[in-house]
Amino acid sequence: MVVAQVSPPLLAADSGVRFLEEVSAKTAGVSRLEMCIQCGTCGGSCPSADDMDHTPRMLFAMIRAGMKEEALRSNTPWMCVSCYHCVVRCPQGVHIADVMYTLKGMAEEAKSYRDGTPPGFARVFVGQVETFGRSWELGLTARHYLRHFILRLPRMTPMAIGLFLRGRIGILPNRIRQRKQLHAILRRAKELEQVS
Amino acid sequence: MSRYLYYPGCSMDGSGRAYGESLTAVCEKLGLTMSEIDDWNCCGATEYVGVSLSPAYALIARNLAIAAKSKTDGEPLVAACSACYLNLAKADNYMKERPQLGERVNVALDAGGLHYDPGSVEIRHLLEVIMNDVGLDQVRANVVKPLTGLRVAPYLGCMLPRPDPDHRWKNHERPDDLDRLLAALGADVVDYPLKTECCGGHMTQIAPKVGLELIRRLVDEAEHELADMMVTVCPMCQINIDAYQGEMNAEFHTKHRMPIVFFTQLMGVAFGLDQKKMGIGRELTDARPALKKIGKQAQPAAEPAGPVHRPRPDKRALPMPRMETGNVPAGEAQPSEVRR
Repeated sequence: MVVAQVSPPLLAADSGVRFLEEVSAKTAGVSRLEMCIQCGTCGGSCPSADDMDHTPRMLFAMIRAGMKEEALRSNTPWMCVSCYHCVVRCPQGVHIADVMYTLKGMAEEAKSYRDGTPPGFARVFVGQVETFGRSWELGLTARHYLRHFILRLPRMTPMAIGLFLRGRIGILPNRIRQRKQLHAILRRAKELEQVS
Repeated sequence: MSRYLYYPGCSMDGSGRAYGESLTAVCEKLGLTMSEIDDWNCCGATEYVGVSLSPAYALIARNLAIAAKSKTDGEPLVAACSACYLNLAKADNYMKERPQLGERVNVALDAGGLHYDPGSVEIRHLLEVIMNDVGLDQVRANVVKPLTGLRVAPYLGCMLPRPDPDHRWKNHERPDDLDRLLAALGADVVDYPLKTECCGGHMTQIAPKVGLELIRRLVDEAEHELADMMVTVCPMCQINIDAYQGEMNAEFHTKHRMPIVFFTQLMGVAFGLDQKKMGIGRELTDARPALKKIGKQAQPAAEPAGPVHRPRPDKRALPMPRMETGNVPAGEAQPSEVRR
């Protein structure tokens, strides 16, 4: 009869474990997230911690407490600059930057981000890479700035002209030859991602 | 002649063209044969991994599979862009660390008739190849125009020394490899304390205030150390510091003019190759005036000014005691005025 006596707090804790496991499962490599000892070295090493809603330490505590909604609404993963200072300093070897990538992907899927600029940039970038096989700086920045930073354009124009005159901007996108092969690979990979 | 496989990455014929041009010439001079792998694709930078796991790693692994196929005799795969290098190295390592990921990536690659066994290609960065395979003696032997009198701040950025999945770096925060290379070229190398701090990467695109502040710190410190220019190993760092310096100056009302070039460009100059062919002049913050100092009697360098104390721009900051800087009310002074 033990099974019938499972109390609500245990269930809540269980949801925490489930979210932690979900994050770990979607992280490249072994996340080691459950090893975090809440020392705060990550936040103290972070060049953009000032601009984050939660320090990485706090975010990891939230993940372990099962606060899925709050964690996926936090701007912290989007402010991560991937400098890996926290990763080399973490005494527990947590793959912090990779966990941030995972949380971005989950927030993108749940559409729970509050500022659409970072996911918008990633979407355009990824879309171009999927189409051409290469990134296309001009197309990417033009589309991104028109959509999100139209007021920055006056400041950007001289820079764009300067880069163009110095031969640093390609007008047309570079394409790989075997685009069909790439598309097939990515289609299969996306199907696999849906299964999990 | 040592042979290497070469993964250029997208920026090499775009914004980082000067890097591509100079490294080709310098490698030839040093007897390194770089064979570009056929029909490589973008590594996904820091964007794709933040969207979806298996597709991101399948995208990277397609390059590794092509490299493995084109190997004839265990040649390493060399990348010169830090982000490309890290993505390739990470994919190789994580496919091993998480066999489930490796399996999935291979199921996806199979749809394109490819396969990659993690660990079968050795992935290296150009700087590390020059330091370890070529060696500084060989570099010195090629120098015909020592960079005497040129004061340079070596700037590695993040993704080369960290997270270092293949354990190639002795020091992740203050490595001295680039310093030693530039010294071998005859340059006057600044002990640049921010050498592995972050330029913000894509932050200039998605959260400009955050990115521009990180750029300001780097440029301000290099100027504080009286560097003539910064020297980098990464196309992302280069374009952030070079091209966004104007916007950064506008944002903070500063007048910084700090050129930044790729280490291979300076190697080419020291090897006596034509400056223009090394891509000098492609930078928005012109490096040519600084390069004219080469060979001239170095002026007795003024001692760098004392420690910098800046008012925190953040209004939420705690009120802290400040150094005497005249009667400038806190919060109103421009950072550069406070220092001088």
